[in-house]
Amino acid sequence: MRSLDPLILSRIQFAWVIAWHILLPAFTVGVASYIAVLEGLHAMTGRDVYLRVSNFWIRIFAVTFGMGVVTGVVMPFQFGTNWSRLSDATANVIGPLLAYEGLLAFFLEASFLGVLLFGRKLVPPWMHLVAAVMVAAGTLFSSFWILATNSWMQTPAGYTIVDGRFYPTDWMEVIFTPSFPYRLVHTVLAFYITSALVVMGVGSYTVRCGRFLEEGRVMMTTALSLLTVLVPLQLVAGDQHGLNTLKHQPAKIAAIEARWETVAPVPLTLFALPEQDAETNRYALDVPYLGSLILTHSLDGSIKGLKDFPANERAPVAIVFFAFRIMVAAGILILALVVVGSVLRGLGRMFTSHWYLLACQLAIPLGFLAVLAGWTTTEVGRQPWTVYGLLRTADSVTPSLSGGHVLVSLVLYAVAYVVIYPTGVLILLRLVRNGPGGMLTGPDVPVQAGRPAVPIKELPRSPYPGGQP
Amino acid sequence: MIEPTISFVGIWSVILLSGVFLYVLLDGFDLGVGILHGFAPSTADGDVMMKSIAPVWDGNETWLVLGGVALLAAFPLAFAIIIPAVYFPILVMLLALAFRGVAFEFRFQDPAGRAFWDHAFHYGSLAATFAQGLVLGAFVQGFQVEGRQFAGGAFDFLTPFSAFVGAALVCGYGLLGAGWLILKTEGTLQNWARGLGQYCLIGVVFGLIVVSLWSPAIDASIATRWFSMPNVLFLWPIPLVTGALVFWEWRALRSGAEASPFVGALLLFLLAYLSLAISLWPMVVPFHFTLWEAASSPRTQAFLLVGTLFMLPVILMYSGWSYWVFRGKVRGRSNHEAAYED
Repeated sequence: MRSLDPLILSRIQFAWVIAWHILLPAFTVGVASYIAVLEGLHAMTGRDVYLRVSNFWIRIFAVTFGMGVVTGVVMPFQFGTNWSRLSDATANVIGPLLAYEGLLAFFLEASFLGVLLFGRKLVPPWMHLVAAVMVAAGTLFSSFWILATNSWMQTPAGYTIVDGRFYPTDWMEVIFTPSFPYRLVHTVLAFYITSALVVMGVGSYTVRCGRFLEEGRVMMTTALSLLTVLVPLQLVAGDQHGLNTLKHQPAKIAAIEARWETVAPVPLTLFALPEQDAETNRYALDVPYLGSLILTHSLDGSIKGLKDFPANERAPVAIVFFAFRIMVAAGILILALVVVGSVLRGLGRMFTSHWYLLACQLAIPLGFLAVLAGWTTTEVGRQPWTVYGLLRTADSVTPSLSGGHVLVSLVLYAVAYVVIYPTGVLILLRLVRNGPGGMLTGPDVPVQAGRPAVPIKELPRSPYPGGQP
Repeated sequence: MIEPTISFVGIWSVILLSGVFLYVLLDGFDLGVGILHGFAPSTADGDVMMKSIAPVWDGNETWLVLGGVALLAAFPLAFAIIIPAVYFPILVMLLALAFRGVAFEFRFQDPAGRAFWDHAFHYGSLAATFAQGLVLGAFVQGFQVEGRQFAGGAFDFLTPFSAFVGAALVCGYGLLGAGWLILKTEGTLQNWARGLGQYCLIGVVFGLIVVSLWSPAIDASIATRWFSMPNVLFLWPIPLVTGALVFWEWRALRSGAEASPFVGALLLFLLAYLSLAISLWPMVVPFHFTLWEAASSPRTQAFLLVGTLFMLPVILMYSGWSYWVFRGKVRGRSNHEAAYED
């Protein structure tokens, strides 16, 4: 078992558990806010359709949030099981940030979630609205603190190093590191856009099926209105985040663009096969000047090439290069969907263009794809460091681990998530197929939340062998 | 900025100990309900059992996350040594918690896979509890340490002692779960919980006696703590009060009391927890580092303390409110479940 490297296996394990986990906040952060808005709209207008749409998304939220909790509990323990030297070195600084996420976000979410899911009949309507707002606020607080932690590892500030360990000197600098505002805006916008695309796609499916037309239209119009604002904003935020990265993590930008030489003006490489060892690109398709224009907002600006950084301080170029391009491609498709949608909406043909409804449905995974690709870009782009420029990933791993042990845990995490996620997706698909039906409201029909109208199948030990009495 | 001159280690020790105890208590009863769920007399009873904890389980589990990150933030050296030392029990616990956690939604939403998710809930609760017991047992045994890192083997945690503690904790959580069910249910299900609670209590008593006799043999410092003068003069009431509580709990389980079994189980846990703290104090990495040696920088502890002292009462308040909203007996189809099945 000597060939098994606990470092690389631990990295694969972390990538595996974080990648699956991040899909859930990418969705729940936006949907929590959406539910709060729908509840608010219902309180203001009194229109029942908002309540029906809200109840529909609450049921979907319940499934995804539960999965988010259990895959999220896994995360902090990874710092201990596989990255104990990182924990020992950095806990003085990032420990409190993680703890504040728990104190300010997780309890808020968990306590009010129960009321949001099951409490509509148990508390007054305004209290239910408060619960929805609190859950939404909790998801945003959580994003704030976890991204503050991540940003500190990307662009550390407000610390001093004594005996190889980090000590805080200024908490404001620790929390508001140079990359934090950009990362926070870019990520939260990405989460909102991801959720809006899901709502849009589910709405278009509902409209296409011809059932629950009113609900489907509400979903599509609310989602498209939001996307029309957020997607252009995201282009600006992404550009600014890129400029910020160029300033603070130039080696990451060089890897993103697969730039080996420092030249001016910088071309933009649309496609290439970067070769790490040969320090060159094969099959490169370059557009002159465009690199300078995008990266420096001038025609002759220059950026540092990878060869200006020691070979052992470069990220794996190909992964970062392609991940970034996948993110941008997804972004362009999303933008196209929004532009076309706005035009069709202006023409009054959005709900009747079957090809567009189908396109919206097919676009559901785009946000998730962009989030995963973006996360890969920023995290792999930080390599070979855990704390950028200061603590190497190789010096962060738990020393007592053997490759065989990590392989066992990696396989078990793999099996568990391969069981849990497809089941979750199947359940979500069924919820979507059932549609927002069976949730009519009125004086005689109790308002419901939480569980769907599924028949409970009898199991052998039931006292009623013939079925539900 | 000036360095804080006062030490916050004492108050952080109290916060951490209280947080971990709250976790043990809260997730203890809902893991316990999961353990008992596998023996539910009928599907309908199983549904009621799940419903009694569905609105609160993720809040309960949040204390585990808080315990983990508070340990990281306030006593990072302990986090960096203990968690790698119990790599596999932590792995089992996390995976088991994942399966039992998603089971809450999945078993309702996936009728075809319901039997599978019922098993996931039961065995997940059982495995998570046993794994926590293994961690506790390994903690009491102590760890092999070199410098600032765990230096033992990956299976050092696995001994007859830690396995015994794991089994005892299953009985303990089962007792808490039975107490919760007696509080939240009625009729035949409540009577059934009383019966199982008695078996769990027998297991708990056996566990308490064996662990009390076994732990002083593990490290001389534990024996000295309990049996040397003048400690013995102060500590002798603890086993006595525990014995009286066991008697009271037994009576409560066999009488018609609604809340007493849960309260009794809670107090038994409190006493066992206190005894453990007495045995090991002030060690946080037995028997290498004290709480003071493993503490993070004073500035770290101070920064987190400000928010914690402000937030903990708020958290307790709205957690309490969420329990209050779902107060009262959980019933078959007449409670909120009926609303979902129109």
